[in-house]
Amino acid sequence: MSQAILEVDSLTIAYDGKPVVDGLTFEVAPAEAVGLVGESGSGKTQTALALMGLLPATAHVRGSATLGGEKLLGRAEAELDALRARRIAMVFQDPSLALNPYLRIGKQLRLILERHGIADGATATRRALDALASVGLPDPDRQARAFPHQLSGGMRQRVMIAAALIGEPDLLIADEPTTALDVTVQAQILALLEEVRKQTALLLITHDLGVVAGHCERMLVLEHGRLVESGPTERVFAAPAHAHTEALIAAHPHLDKAPALSRPAAEELLTLDGIRVSYRAHGSRLKAVNGVELALKKGETVAIVGESGSGKSSLVRAVLGLVPADAGRLCFLGEELSHEVSARETATRRELQMVFQDPLGSLNPQMRVASIVAEPLDVHEPGLSGTDRRRKVVNRLEQVGLDASFVERFPHELSGGQAQRVAIARALVLAPSVLVCDEALAALDGSVREQVLNVLKDVQANTGLAILFISHDLGVVRTLCHRVLVMYLGRIVELADNDVLFSSPLHPYTRALLDAVPVADPTAERPPVLGGEVPSPLSPPAGCAFHPRCPQAVEDCRQHAPGLRRVGATDVACLRASEYLAKA
Amino acid sequence: MSFEGLTLTRLATNRTVRVSGGIIAAIAVVAIVAPLLSPNHYMAVNFEAVLQPPGLAGLHLFGTDDLGRDQFVRTMMGVRVTLVVAIVASIVSLVIGVIYGAVAGYVGGRVDAVMMRFVDTLYAMPFIFFVILLTVIFERNFVLIFVAIGAINWLDMARIVRGQTLSLKERPFLEAARLTGVPTMAIIRRHIAPNLIGIVIVYVTLTIPQAILVESFLSFLGLGIQEPETSLGSLVDLGVDHMESSPWMLIIPGGLLAVILLCFNFLGDGLRDVFDARQSR
Repeated sequence: MSQAILEVDSLTIAYDGKPVVDGLTFEVAPAEAVGLVGESGSGKTQTALALMGLLPATAHVRGSATLGGEKLLGRAEAELDALRARRIAMVFQDPSLALNPYLRIGKQLRLILERHGIADGATATRRALDALASVGLPDPDRQARAFPHQLSGGMRQRVMIAAALIGEPDLLIADEPTTALDVTVQAQILALLEEVRKQTALLLITHDLGVVAGHCERMLVLEHGRLVESGPTERVFAAPAHAHTEALIAAHPHLDKAPALSRPAAEELLTLDGIRVSYRAHGSRLKAVNGVELALKKGETVAIVGESGSGKSSLVRAVLGLVPADAGRLCFLGEELSHEVSARETATRRELQMVFQDPLGSLNPQMRVASIVAEPLDVHEPGLSGTDRRRKVVNRLEQVGLDASFVERFPHELSGGQAQRVAIARALVLAPSVLVCDEALAALDGSVREQVLNVLKDVQANTGLAILFISHDLGVVRTLCHRVLVMYLGRIVELADNDVLFSSPLHPYTRALLDAVPVADPTAERPPVLGGEVPSPLSPPAGCAFHPRCPQAVEDCRQHAPGLRRVGATDVACLRASEYLAKA
Repeated sequence: MSFEGLTLTRLATNRTVRVSGGIIAAIAVVAIVAPLLSPNHYMAVNFEAVLQPPGLAGLHLFGTDDLGRDQFVRTMMGVRVTLVVAIVASIVSLVIGVIYGAVAGYVGGRVDAVMMRFVDTLYAMPFIFFVILLTVIFERNFVLIFVAIGAINWLDMARIVRGQTLSLKERPFLEAARLTGVPTMAIIRRHIAPNLIGIVIVYVTLTIPQAILVESFLSFLGLGIQEPETSLGSLVDLGVDHMESSPWMLIIPGGLLAVILLCFNFLGDGLRDVFDARQSR
């Protein structure tokens, strides 16, 4: 490793005298993939920005970093510009924010070539098309003329990678390149990064140890800006030397471990019967949810999983009445619920509550925590005395692990995890029967997520709360949920108990979702990646909606749409499900 | 309305608000009190002291105009009119515009479409034509100016507030409130209005100078304040005529106008910080 392409020596980044990165030293060899892992706030992104020369002027940077002999720190903007694209390039987390929405894809790539004097004119156009083809974009000629919003998230991230690689840099920095993507698309993008690594060194920044385990030769673990461990990935996973690394590995979900869950009651709280939801789009009906049946029992957690566009959110919003269902029956304790929340009776409204994905967005920035949590009480128990009201608020806050000192705070004074706990306290303050969580843990870090999960489990064990839990994180689903419902293009494709689904998934789509979860084990075998993306619900494929992507599709699948039927212990919508069960 | 983000102490400790608000208040107090104390009357014509420069002679602090009227008292009368026009017109546009825009944006659907098409229709009417029409019907009238300026400005305010409301409506905290069953008016009052305050204040501070300018423009056309009544706008107009011989007639009212406009802009900046809960620590 004497010929390191990137050498970073005691890099320190501080704001107002407080270091966010503290004495970081590491090297990256040519064509090597190094993973930089840590929780949010550990300084991963700050390090990347420092290497790219993108830190704000308020940052104080010390130490040195050289790329093939060229200094990276403290250079003038013009000098850095000469290095960017040709020597060093970066892929950002959110591809929808990193591309200019007003420029066509091809033009954006051409601009990079022209700006850095790599190519121009017809050569630039040709190289842009080559770059798009090399990242696996189908029909690059057509995609080059597209605007970013016309591409899916996965396709946009491919474009970002093409843009980063177009100048053939020596080092590619990828900052959480797959965090904003579905698990199946994540697997596709990671496979692509694996491919491009042959030409360039890769510094992969991620909080997901599974990603590092599968794709990096060496890894660096950061905690509070300090490097606590580094070494070959296999060695670190086999024998972590630092407690923090050990904790990170332990916190990574293990899908094979059966969870300990409380038993749900037999009483059916909420029943959904033939629920359909559609939206008007470009003059036709977009069928987001296409006939869903489900019975949610008291004290039960049902997970809803599927890629974006599968109709998970539309389904739960219809249950809550935030989006009116077009057809179907919703019953709560045997009584039919109106499809519109404003038409529901006050007494039933308090029984169904929701926790949203974005913790800060779900709290009014102008209100204090006390008023936020008390608002449902003001509506439903207006006669409550001031002291009772305060006691209830404080009790709920304590239940979610926040003490009474939080009541005076504004949302901007809370961390993401605290804000989400306030949102949960508000949802629980009326002691509802059903709680809907739409990706409620997605924005939270490992340890905080653990706490919030435990809060939900405790409340469920004590009060018999039923939970509808949307998540793309199958690790969380595994530890929390009694049953799992898999959706694809608005329909249920599989519904089974937690153990049954994770140990013997029957639908090929469920299997693909499980296979796509990154495993925190460098020695594990990597299953093949599911190709393609969810088709548009405006023009769903004929027959089984999944057949164009299904590795096991037969002629019959193109002709007949399978209904949901009982196969073994599973409800599954696949023509060949019995075959799979027999083989298992 | 209760804005938890707002506390009187923060209002008082914000330096920008204190300084700019203080200057405006001081100008207003002088404008109210000084004409009562001065021996000169704003309508009194004196052909023996025409275009006299500022000085203590006859206690014409700001000199006299082409009819020998005391410029100091006339300027103070002008400040009164200008401030009243600006503030009243802004309040009119604020109240109508915020309620109209918030309701249209929050209720949405057909109600929104009808309400906003009505705004478009009013927009299509030429402003000056509208004012001339009003003056023909009601004759020249001080109140008319408020109506005219307010009637135009609330349209912009309504559009801005509606747009902001539409984007707020998508925020999860509003859905959470709907889910719990918070009544619509309470949602608008507690969740929408306080979150609009930042943009509304910024817009009002733009409206005040705009109203002042429109008023002076109308006075110039002879549709606004009529002699011998006056406003800063008409004083500046008159000052321009005598700019070379008697520059004080332009510099003093013009400078005062500039100070007032600047102070309102700074006040707006400061208020926005105060109303924004995120600034509190």
